[in-house]
Amino acid sequence: MTFALALEQLLNGLQLGVMLFLMAAGLTLIFGVMGLINLAHGSLYMVGAFACATVAAWTGSFWLGLFASLACAAAAGAIVELLVIRRLYDRDHLDQVLATFALILIFSEGTRWMFGSFPLYLDIPPLLQGAVPLPGGTQYPLYRLAIIAAGALVAFALYLLISRTRLGIRIRAGESDREMIGALGVDIRTLYTVVFALGAALAGFAGAMVGALQSVQVGMGEPVLILAFVVIVIGGIGSIKGALLGALLVGVVDTMGRFLLPKLFVLFVPPSQAGMIGGALASMLIYIVMALILAVKPRGLFPPAHA
Amino acid sequence: MSRETVVNFILAALLLAVPLLANAVGQPFYITLATRIAILALAATGLNLALGLGGLVSFGHAAFFGIGGYAAGILATHGFSGEPLVFGLSGTNQMLVIWIVAAVTAGLAGLAIGAISLRTSGVYFIMITLAFAQMVYYFAVSWPAYGGEDGLSILVRNQFPGVSTMRPLSFFLICYVVLLAAIGLFALIRASRFGSALQAARQNPVRVATVGIRPFRIRLTAFAISAMMTALAGALFADLNRFVSPSMLSWHMSGELIVLIILGGTGRLFGPLAGAALYVIIEYALGGITERWQFFLGLILLGVVLFARGGLLGFIAGKARHG
Repeated sequence: MTFALALEQLLNGLQLGVMLFLMAAGLTLIFGVMGLINLAHGSLYMVGAFACATVAAWTGSFWLGLFASLACAAAAGAIVELLVIRRLYDRDHLDQVLATFALILIFSEGTRWMFGSFPLYLDIPPLLQGAVPLPGGTQYPLYRLAIIAAGALVAFALYLLISRTRLGIRIRAGESDREMIGALGVDIRTLYTVVFALGAALAGFAGAMVGALQSVQVGMGEPVLILAFVVIVIGGIGSIKGALLGALLVGVVDTMGRFLLPKLFVLFVPPSQAGMIGGALASMLIYIVMALILAVKPRGLFPPAHA
Repeated sequence: MSRETVVNFILAALLLAVPLLANAVGQPFYITLATRIAILALAATGLNLALGLGGLVSFGHAAFFGIGGYAAGILATHGFSGEPLVFGLSGTNQMLVIWIVAAVTAGLAGLAIGAISLRTSGVYFIMITLAFAQMVYYFAVSWPAYGGEDGLSILVRNQFPGVSTMRPLSFFLICYVVLLAAIGLFALIRASRFGSALQAARQNPVRVATVGIRPFRIRLTAFAISAMMTALAGALFADLNRFVSPSMLSWHMSGELIVLIILGGTGRLFGPLAGAALYVIIEYALGGITERWQFFLGLILLGVVLFARGGLLGFIAGKARHG
């Protein structure tokens, strides 16, 4: 094991963490403002990836695809909010889970209907192809660095949006007292639609970015969705800061665990078994971390004060 | 006799009559379909104990379903190969032993998962149970000794004393009796002091605590019993398909189990059976018409959640009593 390899894995972990943040930010925002648990968030991620792959294939431009992913995911989010989600705000969490579970079935089968069962492929744009030398002599793909940068940029923009703009004030007010901001004359229904579409756009953006690394296929959103749930549970549901730290923690712990645990077990057991035990343990590691954190702090690391 | 009781009797009778009839006219496929209904209903009855009575929305019961399935698969594999399992104990192909192992293992897992999850509530509880189930799922996928991602075949269906389990009708009858026993147990628990405390803890935990009962213990016990019942269904499911795979542990399975309860009617004694029957029939009927049946299942489910909250039994037998 060399320093360069470890650095490469650390960057991979950061990249995963940044993508998870984009998903988790939307989820936690939607929960914080509307009190809604949205399982279909992974479907919006998938919508973003499919929109990007399709438009990029039509036009030959990844950037148009990226724009389309934002637009399509936001539009899909707004439509779903208007048709289904807004009937769920007053319901209990069980109904929300079921209705959004139903939405997953509809989105997944619908997408399979339109695009077939074969995965689509999305090429990395020429501008971001190639690799960057790392200290230690290895190369690291430029595109993954760009993802980290884009994620950091979005996180900063989100911070500005929420702390500095009128919309952000309303979102924060909605988180602390829904009835009151309604009484003060804010059109709460429109606010909800906007927040939902914003969360959807973030998920779609993440889907499009990751789509160029992996294949674009039905069901791609589900593993990410569950990781994003782990993130917001660790971070404290409703907290954007918690989502950011949780996402980075989960991304790095997961990647480094897969990298280091098999190497760690080599010290104790024969190599063939070390791979097996280390691999199995690594795939469970973030859930173990989550259980430990919740055993100490049942409401996550940064529980919103008012909840 | 209330209208719901009549409907319950009819449901139970229908589930028995269809396979008998199918057997008489030589259509074993419908017996398998009915067996599937009985097993899924059993799993959902287990979940209903936690979800319906206790208000504990567990989104991770697939873990227990899968643990039961793997208990059956692993014991049968060792029983077949003759290799000792652990501590020199051998495997077995006896269902009764397998059921006990499945229930005890899942009960212990339920205690462990419940002990941590029940410290939280609401959305946290939903998500943490989901995460624990994912943990078990990824463990099964990445542990190659028992098939890993490919799953594990059970070469010969496990044995039950005095019954030829390879005959579809006999196996159905075993599942049917187990299901009725579980529903009976559910009714007993619901009517017991423990059941009252559990339902009270759902309605108002503060009052329950004020009377001197710790809601945590009551809920943990209910969660563990619920896990055991679902694991029993998992063991039977593995024997039905003679195959276990991580898909039994996947979060889709957890979602499906909740769907069964809601389709049938939450908190009802026979809700899980009604839901399982409806689900399997929808799957079979729509699956015959279109490959995209899940799309329409999604629409139906959405319709039930948004507009028909009582589920099938609510539709047929009227509103549920407060319970």
